[in-house]
Amino acid sequence: MKLALGPLLYYWPREKLQAYYEEIAVTPVDIVYLGETVCSKRHVMRLADWLDVARMLASAGKEVVLSTQTLIESESDLKSLHRIAENGEFAVEANDMGAVHLLEGRKAFIAGPYLNIYNQQTLDLIASLGAERWVMPVELSLKELQPMLHSISSRIETEVFAYGRLPLAFSSRCFTARFNNLPKDDCRFLCLNDPDGKGMRTREGKPFLVVNGVQIQSALVYNLIGDLDSMINAGVDVVRISPQSEHSAAIIRLFRDCLDQQVSRESALQEINSLLPEASCNGYWHGLPGIEQDLIHGSMQAD
Amino acid sequence: MQPEYKLELICPAGSLPALKVAVDNGADCVYLGFRDETNARNFTGLNFDASTASKGVGYAHTKGAKVFLALNTYPHAHGRERWTNAIDQAAELGIDAIILADPGLMQYAMKTHPCLQLHLSVQGSATNYEAINFYHEHFGIRRAVLPRVLSFAQVEELSRGTPVELELFGFGGLCVMVEGRCSLSSYVTGVSPNSCGVCSPPKAVRWQQTSKGLESRLNGVLIDRYTDAENAGYPTLCKGRFEVAGETYYTMEEPTSLNTLELLPELLRIKVRGLKIEGRQRSPAYVAQVTRVWREAIDQCSKNPEAFFVKPAWSAELGKISEGQQHTLGAYHRPWK
Repeated sequence: MKLALGPLLYYWPREKLQAYYEEIAVTPVDIVYLGETVCSKRHVMRLADWLDVARMLASAGKEVVLSTQTLIESESDLKSLHRIAENGEFAVEANDMGAVHLLEGRKAFIAGPYLNIYNQQTLDLIASLGAERWVMPVELSLKELQPMLHSISSRIETEVFAYGRLPLAFSSRCFTARFNNLPKDDCRFLCLNDPDGKGMRTREGKPFLVVNGVQIQSALVYNLIGDLDSMINAGVDVVRISPQSEHSAAIIRLFRDCLDQQVSRESALQEINSLLPEASCNGYWHGLPGIEQDLIHGSMQAD
Repeated sequence: MQPEYKLELICPAGSLPALKVAVDNGADCVYLGFRDETNARNFTGLNFDASTASKGVGYAHTKGAKVFLALNTYPHAHGRERWTNAIDQAAELGIDAIILADPGLMQYAMKTHPCLQLHLSVQGSATNYEAINFYHEHFGIRRAVLPRVLSFAQVEELSRGTPVELELFGFGGLCVMVEGRCSLSSYVTGVSPNSCGVCSPPKAVRWQQTSKGLESRLNGVLIDRYTDAENAGYPTLCKGRFEVAGETYYTMEEPTSLNTLELLPELLRIKVRGLKIEGRQRSPAYVAQVTRVWREAIDQCSKNPEAFFVKPAWSAELGKISEGQQHTLGAYHRPWK
């Protein structure tokens, strides 16, 4: 089982971002996805800068993948997409069918979690177009994944989002700008102030969602460290950890140790609690509402 | 020879009576779904079985209207036959086009029923011409329904890059998220538009009068709380009030409806092919009212786009039946973003 670090979903100052990836370079992560996937206005890193980070990580032995924007609306978004798709150096994760259209038949690609691959026929189709790996939509469960992997005829790796705040929804409206009473066109990049997004609570004070520019995430942290065995048994090849502003390196090490059986599942479950920015959830994997925590497979095991 | 350009008015039919009044009031096309999770309005008491669908197709065709069938959810590995059977049935019923989101189903439809016209559903999340052309090249889709997130300028730009006809939402419920890319509902309730055809389902809703006001909850999560002076709205997840950094407000969107009447001349100018009215879950009376207003508006605008203006009577009529009694141009008008 390989470990992947998903694309950074937040907007960080350049220095923080570079320091972050220098730290990642010395972790036991196998694959690193890079690039801005949330908002096309975010610009502290140009493609050339991402390529510098990519080369640094590649020289540290990491497999590097460049991720494309999820919401491609304008001609300038398409131009950026072309530049990523046509980079001659690194693999590309397609997060929109427009990206698949540019990549198919030309270059092996990774089918990202937003392509809505919900069944084996669509998975076979995407594989036939050149996808060598696919990332399962976050809302799918183990029970829904199993028959897909049983019956596909293609050879394709499967990756599952296994740790981090869930990217739940995208809009063209910027919710951070809305919070600041600013129009998106004059957003002043205030999302730079929220390294882990901006928390949204219900009116009775319960952590609910997180505002991250045009993206809405779960406030609870999706955490499948207690479910690694079921992933291995189902034939999952890669687990994805989503970046957060602190503790990413420790989380990667814990997942690695857990997979290598250097720590027990029980202690891993206990240890990860101190690294979570909020309580955890694992409902989707267990066929429940995503917000829920399946106690039998999750934290109860720690008892 | 190119057929003459015409903007089609496409109206929702959640039931046979709604279909009939839509046709009678001037819909060029109606769209409907079967009574299960194969479509994105999978609500109890709504939609068609084979017999009512057959009657509906007969009624519409006799009066010169087309019928589109929405099969726009994503089938899971188990039970996909329900979707493929529905496609077979559509071909048998003489449905004019099926509206699909799942590429695997498009492949099935294209191979099994090559004459069946395919439209790309809004649930396909195609917001750029490269994505639309992908579906066109692989499956021969004739038309794409655009998510309600593009500005009008972006729609116009997109229209230049594809031979595929475009259909836009003109009136009704407003999804603030990109359709097909929203799992908020499954996060809270376990069912989502993508996989089950429902968002914020009624069975998960609880209303409770408390000392702090009337509370609406979805699967236990507090979506909003209303004082006696406030109108309580259906607890659609993205239209609740939540608290961010000490401020409680509609963090994602107010309860409001999309209304693009004033954009009609522009839509005709760039030759948008379909104008879609949302609301298969609404009553026949609603469908009749909305269809009547839009028929009149489209006819007037088609005759003389330069002189077109939105009649106050139309706005008043639509205002009465809009969610939260509010209208917005949504993303078509850039400052909304």
